[in-house]
Amino acid sequence: MFDELLTAGVFASAIRLATPYIYAAIGETFGQRSGVLNLGVDGIMLMGAFASFYAVYETNSLLLGILVALLVGALLGLFMAFISVTLQAEQGISGIGLYLFGLGMSELLFVKLLGTPRSVDGFPRVDIPLLSDLQFLGIGEIFFRHNLMVYLAFALVPISAYVLNYTTLGLNIRAVGQNPQAADAMGVSVARVRYFTVTLGGMFSGLAGASLSIALLKVFQQNLTAGKGFIAVALVYFGGWRPTWVLAGAMLFSFVNALQLQVKTVGIDIPSEFAVMAPYVLTIIALIFATKRREQPTALTKPFERGE
Amino acid sequence: MKRKLLFILPVLAAMVVALAMPVATAQDEPFSVAAVAPSATNDLAFSQSMFDALTAVQEEMGEDAFEFTFIEGQFNVDDAAATIRDWAASGDYDLIIAHGSQYGAALEEIAPEFPEIAFAWGTDVNTFGLDNVSAYEAASQEGGYINGFVAGGLTQTDVIGVIGPIEVGDAKLYVDGFKAGVAAYAEEEDKEITVNVNYIQSFSDVALAAEAAETHLSNDADILTGTAQMVVGAIGVAQERGDVYWFGTQSSQTEFGGEIVVMNQVYHWEVVLMEIIANMEEGVLGGESYKITLENGGLEMEINPDFAGFESEEDYETLQEAVQILIDGIVAGDIEVLPAEEE
Amino acid sequence: MQFISGILQGRRIIDSLYSFLMPLLAITAALIVAAVMLFFLDASPIDAYEALYDGSLGNTNSIAETLVKATPLIFVGIGICVAFRGGVINIGGEGQMIAGAVAGTAVALGLDGLPSLLLITTSIVVGFIAGALWGGIAGVLKAYFDVNEILSTIMLNQIAIQLMVYLLNGVMQEPSEDGRNRIPKSSRIVEKAQLPRIDEVPFFDTLFGDTTRLHVGFLFALILAFLTFVLLWQTTLGYRIRAVGYNQDAARYAGINVKRQMLISMLLAGGFAGLAGVIQVLGLQYRLQTDGSAVDFTGNAGFNGIVAALFGGLHPAGTIPASVFFGALLVGARNMQRVTEVPASLITAFNGIVVMFVVSVQIFNRRRARRRAAVQKEQSHV
Repeated sequence: MFDELLTAGVFASAIRLATPYIYAAIGETFGQRSGVLNLGVDGIMLMGAFASFYAVYETNSLLLGILVALLVGALLGLFMAFISVTLQAEQGISGIGLYLFGLGMSELLFVKLLGTPRSVDGFPRVDIPLLSDLQFLGIGEIFFRHNLMVYLAFALVPISAYVLNYTTLGLNIRAVGQNPQAADAMGVSVARVRYFTVTLGGMFSGLAGASLSIALLKVFQQNLTAGKGFIAVALVYFGGWRPTWVLAGAMLFSFVNALQLQVKTVGIDIPSEFAVMAPYVLTIIALIFATKRREQPTALTKPFERGE
Repeated sequence: MKRKLLFILPVLAAMVVALAMPVATAQDEPFSVAAVAPSATNDLAFSQSMFDALTAVQEEMGEDAFEFTFIEGQFNVDDAAATIRDWAASGDYDLIIAHGSQYGAALEEIAPEFPEIAFAWGTDVNTFGLDNVSAYEAASQEGGYINGFVAGGLTQTDVIGVIGPIEVGDAKLYVDGFKAGVAAYAEEEDKEITVNVNYIQSFSDVALAAEAAETHLSNDADILTGTAQMVVGAIGVAQERGDVYWFGTQSSQTEFGGEIVVMNQVYHWEVVLMEIIANMEEGVLGGESYKITLENGGLEMEINPDFAGFESEEDYETLQEAVQILIDGIVAGDIEVLPAEEE
Repeated sequence: MQFISGILQGRRIIDSLYSFLMPLLAITAALIVAAVMLFFLDASPIDAYEALYDGSLGNTNSIAETLVKATPLIFVGIGICVAFRGGVINIGGEGQMIAGAVAGTAVALGLDGLPSLLLITTSIVVGFIAGALWGGIAGVLKAYFDVNEILSTIMLNQIAIQLMVYLLNGVMQEPSEDGRNRIPKSSRIVEKAQLPRIDEVPFFDTLFGDTTRLHVGFLFALILAFLTFVLLWQTTLGYRIRAVGYNQDAARYAGINVKRQMLISMLLAGGFAGLAGVIQVLGLQYRLQTDGSAVDFTGNAGFNGIVAALFGGLHPAGTIPASVFFGALLVGARNMQRVTEVPASLITAFNGIVVMFVVSVQIFNRRRARRRAAVQKEQSHV
């Protein structure tokens, strides 16, 4: 029975499913580490997904698609930063506002500019030479037969972990999220760091959207993300604000999701509702048993103002 | 991809014209319809099928004789209910359509308050015993059966994958019909064909639908079908493989899917609409339940002439003939699509 | 002295004007942005905004519809007040509403032999308990297993949806639907389980007449808001909850059982959201039905309630007008879509713009309040 369920296809499936979560959750990790909660991830993802799709649809240039996703993500991230850092808006609300805006706007543009779902060629699968042929445990199929945006997502995790943990920038980000007063006293501009992280987070979210619309699905439809941005936010908490653990959370969630698809496909008779529920339930349970206590950035959701 | 117009069956056209006549002449005021639907008018699926139907009726009757307003995206049932109530209270509409089985409860509350206005809803058969409510549904199991039968003939791996939203209503009928069709072919040819069905429990999660398709393919499926608006993700997966074929339903997915699409079951709600309108002319506001079927032309089997599996024009014609035989069989009652229909 | 207090009083009026003025400006700005969008969609902004007004406040029925829409927002919102004041960020309103609705509907259907008042009361109480338990799961996970509530509530929302589909497609399904179609819906609740319309209440009948959909659930929401205010500011429990939200460490040193207060806040928040759910069924829809998503039933009230509560300053008295404001916006926009036939997506984007703009100007109010506090402090020194 396990042979039937734990196929290489299931693991490969998990990796594809995890890709948008990785982009979005890693981006959100930067923002939260510096003390800003952006609940609008899903809205930015949708805008990034549409913008990159439209760019590719019109020009057939994948590079342009990526650039547009980054640009749209950066603009919306910047806007979010302006609201939450400069205007010190309640972050929970502004995020929900941004989500609604992105949800509505992406669909509106879709209806006006495309009218109906269309497809693009998008990122093709790139088999990594030699590695993709590895038969042992299906490693070749699982890891090395994906499109470039999948590889990029996984590459970003160690890079992000390195930046956060071993660079001055990372130190500043953590300091601003942990104790903005002290960071400020040390001469670190709290506002500038937060602008940077939230904008960066927006760019990651834009990529997350693009990874769906021009790489994995090659199609745009209204509400393409179907709430994945919110799951991504949850995964940041799962990972305790550490990129590698965020990756672990995204993989766990996606693996269970891939597994439940396989379970139903091979005809194991459990109610579909319970199968679909499984990733959500198991993510919670896994976190209960992940014993390490994780301190959240002390200044998370708290705006900073000098001389308070 | 070349744009393919729908091949509206001659039967249907004749019927529409015939029914349209009395309405167009008998009324000075245009016949006015308001419709509410859960998803968008361009969803390539359920909502679009009704929007296209209303557009078709309008083209047939002329803009002077028939006008309609269409409110999309009303997935919140209570919002839809308020819209329906306002329409009814305004008295501006002859017929109010609630296009979605989730709207039934709302209609049941509102319709009795406005006995002079006609309501229609679907897909369902229940008119709540009210004289001003019509119910309509699609016999989507019929097209599902034909799709399934043809799919059985096309599969090389003898594995077929089906992707559905939740196992209810129209989706369930289609999938059940599809399975029956495959089974019938398998029995005929005395082979074993596996149909793997995956209900992903969502009408909107395109990515999950795509991954469900991938899962089917990694379990050796070489033919896919599915229903509801999120299947565009699955069509995309089939497209990328190139050697995986797709069977569509609800609206035509040929333009989107291109040459991997074998055929579609296309809904023509205009058939039901014309019947309802004709009955209203006779003073019957509701109380009846309608169905689009292969027989009345409300269901059309649209074969994609550009399908990649056709090696010649002959193949296309052969499939057309085969499909016609199946249609005739179902219409004549020789083929029983789903056993023990409880009606 | 009298002179000074006179000035202060005058100030207060200016202040309250000011605190209305800024959001008003924000809304105006949002309307201007949306007008530009409408213009590009070939819809007349003037017609659109007329429809927005007509649909939300233009006549008795519109006002009633606004209050109908506001009712679940108030319930969820005051629950959010309790949770956020207690330092718990509850994003699980959607799931808790569903839990309340499912359980409340089950009671209304199962115990239909009871007399009306008892039946309604039992349904509502059970709806509250179910919502509280669903919220309580997140509360226990947070308090005792260190599982962040944002994560657990987002996950629990999805789980609740699937459970609802499962039940409505199984034991709770209307018997006549158990055929080939299997629409996931419950039977209709009997008439005596339905909440009375508001015209059956003295005084309100003269206000609203007997044709609107406004039900007594709205009054329940107002009463509950008052009770929540009393709870939070007039009882020891409320004091403890607020102390935990204000400063966990300080509360712990003061001998308050932090975990317990967190759990209680989640139970209450979940319970209130559960009430929003069950009252939506008993007062409005009379049966529970799903398309496999949450929004078709909740209309996003689980999220919008958070927005309303935060706009209302996490105070029940502020949550009510904020909820009514959003109720008006939502039903007005609904009418706008109908009249101008703009795509539904424009309305969603428009709501997003309003939320972002209004929340952005709050800073001016806070700054002003702070300056006032500083001035007062100086004056008190004099």
